[in-house]
Amino acid sequence: MPDFEVDPVSIDVGRLVRRNVASLYSSLVTRPTGQAVRLAIENVLAEEAGPVSLSVIDLSHVTVIDFSCADEVVAKLLLRFLEDDRPRDAFFVFRGIRELHRDPIEVVLERQTLAAVSETESGAYEVIGSTSWEELKVWQALEGRGRVKPKEVHDLVPGNGVEETLGSLVRRRLVFRNPLSGEYQALSDLLHCLT
Amino acid sequence: MQIIPVPGTLDAASFDQLAKELAKSGEGKVLFDGRHLRWVDPGGIIGLLAAGTVARDRQGTPPKLQLLEGADVTKYLARMRFFEVAESVFDLEVRPPRRSWSSSDVLLEITPINTNPDIHAVVDRVQQQAGAILSKTLNYPASAVVQFSVILSEVCQNIIEHAEAPGWVSAQTYTWAKRLGRQVLILSVADVGKGFRGSLADTHATRFGNRWGDATALEAAFIHGLTRFPDSGRGQGIQQIRKQVRRWEGAISIRSGTARIADVPSWDDTPPLEENLPPFPGAQIHIILPAQVVDHA
Repeated sequence: MPDFEVDPVSIDVGRLVRRNVASLYSSLVTRPTGQAVRLAIENVLAEEAGPVSLSVIDLSHVTVIDFSCADEVVAKLLLRFLEDDRPRDAFFVFRGIRELHRDPIEVVLERQTLAAVSETESGAYEVIGSTSWEELKVWQALEGRGRVKPKEVHDLVPGNGVEETLGSLVRRRLVFRNPLSGEYQALSDLLHCLT
Repeated sequence: MQIIPVPGTLDAASFDQLAKELAKSGEGKVLFDGRHLRWVDPGGIIGLLAAGTVARDRQGTPPKLQLLEGADVTKYLARMRFFEVAESVFDLEVRPPRRSWSSSDVLLEITPINTNPDIHAVVDRVQQQAGAILSKTLNYPASAVVQFSVILSEVCQNIIEHAEAPGWVSAQTYTWAKRLGRQVLILSVADVGKGFRGSLADTHATRFGNRWGDATALEAAFIHGLTRFPDSGRGQGIQQIRKQVRRWEGAISIRSGTARIADVPSWDDTPPLEENLPPFPGAQIHIILPAQVVDHA
């Protein structure tokens, strides 16, 4: 377990959409459906999570996701928790993004210059959306290591500016920084610690 | 009584003749004379419903519609559930044939789109039928059903988000033996709402000055992804539909007001932009997806 309290939250979007929006469908289509699902996710976080949380947003049971819905469920959700007046420090890992869902999700992320951590079908993790080459390189290095102490940061990848890049990844909620130890932690590593 | 002749072949292109006749008609009673109708596709059927709706709303009573009883095209219209929807639009001067069979080439019968649950319903319905048509008839990969559902959802949302008026959707496959030598899937969506010019006017008309019109509004939305919403996440739907239709070497056109804009594939000779068409309210979106050529070598 991490030495700092992070609440794990698991959200099955397929179940959420059936429970909250359309009792018969698991298609994530239309903007109002997306808005309802995003609000439902925010409600789950408000009820179940503390000031800091890591949520797994599971799309495994979603059959279709269109661009409008992806914008609401993925892009706007991330934007809400990047704002200065965000309700809490929430980190997200997306699971079950099949190849067919990937296009709408990547398009809406890139349009808003956002990125998200996603668990692939093989169980590996990747960043999807908009990242710089430096961000991607540092994120992949940290993903390989799991976590690094502040004094190890410069060994992560060759070259300058690694600490700044990690700071950017933390601000973008793609990397967790432990406020007590100062360690930088990959979200996959944090997830394994919590489950 | 003003008589509007329905063209013998009614599709998205010949719909302009219907719009022209409707524009000429005044506020008196209208009769749509469809006795010479021989062939109609989803663009034509939905266009006829839209024209009937405009006439009904203009005169305050349903216009009359004549069709040839017992004709193949009349039976086909029944198969497409035209009469179920047309009852609220037209004073039908034909006894609708019984709809006693279904057809494997009909992907989506005429379906009114008024609410978001309607879109959920059509997306859910095509999941079962579209897979077989897309893969067996059009040689698309099995995954195409999801991409097709996304296209369907986005074009239908255009009605609800921008038209603020009723709309319809329909899809069917045809053999275009002469024109293309292949099967095609035709998807048509239409509404009689405020159109692209009306939807974008408040937020974008000023900056275009006296260039503002139906064609400019269509270019703004179709080419540049402009929308009336300030939200930067908006305006992606049409752009992404165009991208997917291009990947499938398909054609997409949108008619709104007096203009039509299109992405034209190499096999088509439609002009990319047409202006000064007969005026017609709302927007009519027409997508043609050709069968993929299978290389047996």
